[in-house]
Amino acid sequence: MTTDNAIEVKNLTRKFGNFFAVDQVNFSIPRGEIFGLLGPNGAGKTTTIRMLCGLLMPTEGEASVLGFDVRHEAEEIKKHIGYMSQRFSLYDDLTPSENLDFYARLYGVPRREVGARVDELIDISGLRGHEKILTRELSGAWRQRLALACAIAHHPPMLFLDEPTAGVDPVSRREFWDLIYEMAGQDVSVLATTHYMDEAEYCNTIGMMYRGRLIALSDPDTLKLEMKGVLFEIECDDPGLADAIFREMPGVLEVTLHGVLLHVTTEKKQMERQLKKELVKANIKTTRIEQVLPSLEDVFISMVEEQRVGKLVDR
Amino acid sequence: MNRLWTIVRKEFLHIWRDPRTLALIIALPAVLLILLGYGVSGEQKNIPMAVADFSKTDASRRYIDYYVASGDFAVAYDVSNEDEILALIDQDQAQVGMLIPEDFGRKLRTGDGTSVQLYYNASDPDIAQKTNLTIGAIGQIANQEIFMEWLSRSAGGANLQTPISTHTIALYNPDNDQGLYMIPGLIPIILQIQALLLTALAIVREREQGTMEQLIVTPVRSWELMLGKILPYLLVGLVNTVAVLFVGAFIFDIGIVGSVWEFIGVSMIFIIGSLGMGVLISNISQTQMQAMYLAVGIILLPSIILSGLIFSRAGMPAITYWISELLPVSHYLEVTRGIMLKGVSASVMWPSIWPLIVLSVVYFAASVVFFRKRLD
Repeated sequence: MTTDNAIEVKNLTRKFGNFFAVDQVNFSIPRGEIFGLLGPNGAGKTTTIRMLCGLLMPTEGEASVLGFDVRHEAEEIKKHIGYMSQRFSLYDDLTPSENLDFYARLYGVPRREVGARVDELIDISGLRGHEKILTRELSGAWRQRLALACAIAHHPPMLFLDEPTAGVDPVSRREFWDLIYEMAGQDVSVLATTHYMDEAEYCNTIGMMYRGRLIALSDPDTLKLEMKGVLFEIECDDPGLADAIFREMPGVLEVTLHGVLLHVTTEKKQMERQLKKELVKANIKTTRIEQVLPSLEDVFISMVEEQRVGKLVDR
Repeated sequence: MNRLWTIVRKEFLHIWRDPRTLALIIALPAVLLILLGYGVSGEQKNIPMAVADFSKTDASRRYIDYYVASGDFAVAYDVSNEDEILALIDQDQAQVGMLIPEDFGRKLRTGDGTSVQLYYNASDPDIAQKTNLTIGAIGQIANQEIFMEWLSRSAGGANLQTPISTHTIALYNPDNDQGLYMIPGLIPIILQIQALLLTALAIVREREQGTMEQLIVTPVRSWELMLGKILPYLLVGLVNTVAVLFVGAFIFDIGIVGSVWEFIGVSMIFIIGSLGMGVLISNISQTQMQAMYLAVGIILLPSIILSGLIFSRAGMPAITYWISELLPVSHYLEVTRGIMLKGVSASVMWPSIWPLIVLSVVYFAASVVFFRKRLD
């Protein structure tokens, strides 16, 4: 499997007992691209990453990372990738500099260059000023930056980020992704998992996982266009009641509540008038109703819904 | 090689960052030896004795003196009947009871034989045996001297001698000092506990903390990681070895009769093996809890009971004997007693040293083999 792609995955499957954590997954990542793996907890994202890093053996299927086979060349792969695990996994009782120094040396950064590289990483991650305190004193966002800095200590051409921004505030998430973008610009390929839909918009390609399967694979815009039906956003004084009403309406594919906003997916654009009629009939005061472009979250929910319906039909 | 030193440096940093633990691991073995050393070196003197002397003569008082004069026994209770003696032994107030009959003095004077009734608590076989031996020996001496007096008297004042007297020479531990035997045995046990506990958590702790996952996606090799975990603690072990030697020499007055350098050399081999065992346990454990149970249950307790510290290994059934052969501490114990007590050189102890080397290599190799750079 020698290609120009950083990652090639073919029918990758991993079973734990009788449970298919990852089930027949296929995708590839061209060099220098950011690939996002999306899905709820337990969808199989982490298992997929772990197989690609050589931490777990696939039950079936094949995968190669930078041309190395995950089954037989795991140790080769480990030399050339950076990995940020889901759980923070650096040493709490060491300082950020010491953590960086440790990983830089472990990854074989030449002894004479370690000091300069650590310095550089502290600047890249913005940890300057915090590099001498113990890592356990750092806030969540700083730790994530440190973890990323450790993962890139040896200039790996391939980066695996497993939920890199879990539990981090939105502003820090934004800055974190800017950092990742910067690196992708330097020809680094990135595979990141997330369950934040907004983050997926940063990716060149998105794979949506649900119950071990890859249920969609495309760039974010195409995914949105491919979504079935038309999405309306409704602002009204009783979204709960409206939700209940629309769910029973023929021609409505999907209803979801986003805080006070209601998202209704219908089969046709012309249904807008019917929606309004129903709201008036139920005496719900509507401030706004308009057609909007679906967010990735909407896409994801509709995909999952399709899967569920599909399964019911199968039976 | 570079990666190995990186791991070693990191481990030192962990130790350094935690001064309380550092103080504990440096001080504990020496403190333990002081505490336990006093515990094992004490020999019971002045065993409390309840005496019912119905005779109340010079002869009976002289007989009691035989027991008290040696310092082995002390008359703790002067009682007037057998029941009181038994009650005192029942309540653990007295360990030995003596009943001297009324006609004791008279019969001795007339040259008739008489008897004395002795009681002792045999619930602890070890103490019972020692008490029994002491009573027997003292009784024998008293008998002999009184008998000689009779003979001298009937022979008209001639000075008679006992026909044969036996002379014994005790080698290596001439004063039969319990401490001299037990301290060189305690040292291996203490170093064993130390070494095992230092590394039993080394791997599994990182696994539980989640730091292992980050570590095994690096190109680090299994042996580098294992050796990197062991080397810093080998230094700790060296410091501990020197510390217990000092305690042995200056507090218990048990210097090394043989070569100090040989002793330290063999100790290092032993500590590498014990650290290796700890890492091995850490590798096969899923949680720190499991590791502690394994360390205490399958290594520490057998080390104390089967190593020959308390019970001689020569008398063990084959299975137990072979289990004890697999414990580095069994072999090390023979070496420490050899070098510390007998002062023999390491070459004489070779039959105990080579199994120590083999075990150390095997346990270290096993820890490398059992370490998987994967999560499944």
